[in-house]
Amino acid sequence: MEGVWVIEFQLESASGVATYLQLVQQVRQALQLGILEPGDQLPTAQQVVAKLAINPNTVLKAYRDLEREGLVRPRPGQGTFVVGTLPRSDPATQERFLTSMSSWLRRARAAGLGPDDIEAIYRTAVRNLFAEGVA
Amino acid sequence: MTTVIETMALTKRYGHKWALRECTLSIPKGNVVGLVGPNGAGKTTLLHLAVGLLAPTSGSITVLGGRPGDGPAQLAKVGFVAQDTPTYAGLSIAKHLRMGAYLNPKWDRGLAQGRIDQLGLDPRQKAGSLSGGQRAQLALTIAIAKRPELLVLDEPVASLDPLSRREFLQGLMEIVAKYGVSVVLSSHLIADLERVCDSLVVLVASQVQLAGEVTELLATHHRLTGPRRDPRSLPSDQTVIEESHTDKQSTFLVRTDKAILDPRWSVKPVTLEDLVLAYMAARPPSSERDAWAPLGLVS
Repeated sequence: MEGVWVIEFQLESASGVATYLQLVQQVRQALQLGILEPGDQLPTAQQVVAKLAINPNTVLKAYRDLEREGLVRPRPGQGTFVVGTLPRSDPATQERFLTSMSSWLRRARAAGLGPDDIEAIYRTAVRNLFAEGVA
Repeated sequence: MTTVIETMALTKRYGHKWALRECTLSIPKGNVVGLVGPNGAGKTTLLHLAVGLLAPTSGSITVLGGRPGDGPAQLAKVGFVAQDTPTYAGLSIAKHLRMGAYLNPKWDRGLAQGRIDQLGLDPRQKAGSLSGGQRAQLALTIAIAKRPELLVLDEPVASLDPLSRREFLQGLMEIVAKYGVSVVLSSHLIADLERVCDSLVVLVASQVQLAGEVTELLATHHRLTGPRRDPRSLPSDQTVIEESHTDKQSTFLVRTDKAILDPRWSVKPVTLEDLVLAYMAARPPSSERDAWAPLGLVS
């Protein structure tokens, strides 16, 4: 059966992002933009692999991740369907963090740090945060 | 039964030359496994042992619970596409399919015809006049139409142009999704393998240098750059695969299950290609046997 589906996956092989994550991100993005809505069907694993030449397990892993987040649900014998929505992140929250980040950056620059130093600090902080998370 | 191929100290020797040396592997069912390594590392030998074209000198190999090539039932379970995807140049596509039906008890006529139609090939055309890509697709069609549980492919895309290569892998992945067949394929094209494989086996100098799930291999290897440092001062859970030093700086490719917390390091993920190249270039395992114990696939 040749179903009509809403999104088509693209791969960036040079991005360094794991393939299944790229698929997850593309679904999440389509949800955030309102391109995908509850009731829409995702392409079947067979359709995705026939186009992208990737391992079917990669697609299933991406769909399982999305299912765990409550965004999609498989219907046996039919396919995988969107059941959840993603709110766009609150503009006020974004604004608040942008303001505090900007003032932090001004202080860093005043202390003599350049863009590379700042990026190294940011990366280390993110890494430590995630290391805490798994420990 | 959860494995398709299981080997124990599998060894093949030609006179004094080791083609494969004490190779112990366990390849789980339902996987697409890539086999990489330099020319002459033993890839073809391993695949020929798996399909029963060769017999081991010592050690053992079990394929889908049986001895490779041991009778019609075992042969029916394994589909094989040899290097350069050979076909019979003088026979038409239709005759290839008739021969397939005649030789294979479980031959799936609908599948074979469906694939030839999908590829837009004329059944009357002789195999000798097909392009490399079409010939590879014909060989794959015959191998899958016998409805094997395991497909073994020896460098199926090596001689194909990029478009034919992509089309071949699209067809192969569609087959995997549709029929749940396990696949072992060898290739030098690591970018292709990264797309299509769950697991990877790296053979170097007749021995298994690395084996494991692709995602796990990528998650457990990191490139560290920082002030010059003696590798022996690294934490014991970090195994150095590759290192290079200047007067002031050290760069390591390390394997570790743990997070890297040392703030002096800049930590970068590695690509599968870098990873495979590092293992290929590394010294062969000898005194450091333990440090080189392959991951995952080996029990």
